[in-house]
Amino acid sequence: MNHLLLDVGNFSEQFKLNFIDDERWKWIVQGLLVTLEITAVALVIGIAIGIVVSAVRSSYDKNKETMKARGGVGYALLSGANSVCRLYLTIIRGTPTVVQLLIFYFIIFSGWRNGVPVAMISFGINSGAYVAEIFRSGIMSVDEGQFEASRSLGFGYLSTMRYVVVPQAFKAVLPALGNEFIVLLKETSIAGYVGIMDLTKAGDLIRGRTFSKLMPLIAVALIYLTLVMVLTWALGLLERRLRKNER
Amino acid sequence: MNANDVLLKVVGLKKYYKDGAVKALDGVDCEIHAGEVVVIIGPSGCGKSTFLRSLNLLELPTAGEIYFEGDKINDPRIDINLHRQKIGMVFQQFNLFNNLDILSNITLAPMKLLKQSRAEAEKNAMELLERIGLPDKARNYPSQLSGGQKQRIAIVRALAMKPDVMLFDEPTSALDPEMVGEVLDVMKELARSGMTMVVVTHEMGFAREVGSRVLFMEGGRIVEENEPNTFFASPATQRAQDFLSKVL
Repeated sequence: MNHLLLDVGNFSEQFKLNFIDDERWKWIVQGLLVTLEITAVALVIGIAIGIVVSAVRSSYDKNKETMKARGGVGYALLSGANSVCRLYLTIIRGTPTVVQLLIFYFIIFSGWRNGVPVAMISFGINSGAYVAEIFRSGIMSVDEGQFEASRSLGFGYLSTMRYVVVPQAFKAVLPALGNEFIVLLKETSIAGYVGIMDLTKAGDLIRGRTFSKLMPLIAVALIYLTLVMVLTWALGLLERRLRKNER
Repeated sequence: MNANDVLLKVVGLKKYYKDGAVKALDGVDCEIHAGEVVVIIGPSGCGKSTFLRSLNLLELPTAGEIYFEGDKINDPRIDINLHRQKIGMVFQQFNLFNNLDILSNITLAPMKLLKQSRAEAEKNAMELLERIGLPDKARNYPSQLSGGQKQRIAIVRALAMKPDVMLFDEPTSALDPEMVGEVLDVMKELARSGMTMVVVTHEMGFAREVGSRVLFMEGGRIVEENEPNTFFASPATQRAQDFLSKVL
């Protein structure tokens, strides 16, 4: 535990060595930007996939009997799409994220020199599976009576989703969605596996140069912590604002 | 629409669950005429709610035909949404939209489906709220209201679509006793205004007072039907006598 008992002189010396010398702080900043870029793009991809997959899955669950009775191409299409979505969920949720990243980088996009877009796609596709299930749970959590009341007024399935179910589902899933964003942000720290210099890798590179174990890694950890705390605060704000409408 | 016009007609309606092991409806034939207030009673599990929910196709029948204003509405080629606009429904659990305030609950369907302007829809909604004595609740959310208030608003939400018939699925069963009266009063007023109504209820007083016909169901069939005074005074079938002796 010796290295934890640094005196102040030692601290400033260490700080200078790890962050000031050779402008190593720039590595951290660059790494942070890469982490944020990957997270942001993966988030957008994940939400897009999540919307589509949850829409297919919940539409299938809610309409399969009606559509089966009616027959025709519609049922076959929806049933096929539902099977594809379930396969996607099984594969993505059944394999480790880091393995998926390696497969995307070394096999699927093996021709791409730059790992960053590959990571964006890989993390996006990964997050999409979790977001899809979060959205689906939200849609399923809205009372069936809400759905029936809307249908009884003459709204179709899609209008009912749009005006009644989705607004309530979104409010219900916000905490779980926030949790998924936090997981995603931290999960991008494995991007170093495919040679991307993200925040974690930057800290690790500094450690390798300066042989300081403590400072670069603690700095990296504190930056992640700060990011997550800001995200949590912002989501809490949104949640309170949405809830105010109902009281 | 003339009185005595057949508004709803049901022929050989069957609804089976679990491949026929459970027969919720086992051959129901019925006609509902414009201006009638038809009250459906019967023991729980007799199929009365399933029957009512079949009338706007919230339940898909296993067999049989349902006609609304002459159109067979359980035909897959028909756009059921257009017909549902003319069939108002009130639920046991009110089912007001929790994400919308009261005014928007009432104006949503008229604006989106009947293409009324906001001003027009809100004017109609406020008139309806005046009628049930709740104009001051226009900007409240459903969670802020009592059960009785919610149900009265659910009724006018359906009325805002100017339906030709109103279906009531045990509208007072989820209410505290002291709130039953206020909802029944709105329904009575509606009946007096000439609205065609089909009401599943346990309120025998309501059935007797405003019903023009009582259907007694058991085991997925209509066992007896009659004009209320006669039905309650001297039920013809043993089953109806047994049922009435328990509830009256």
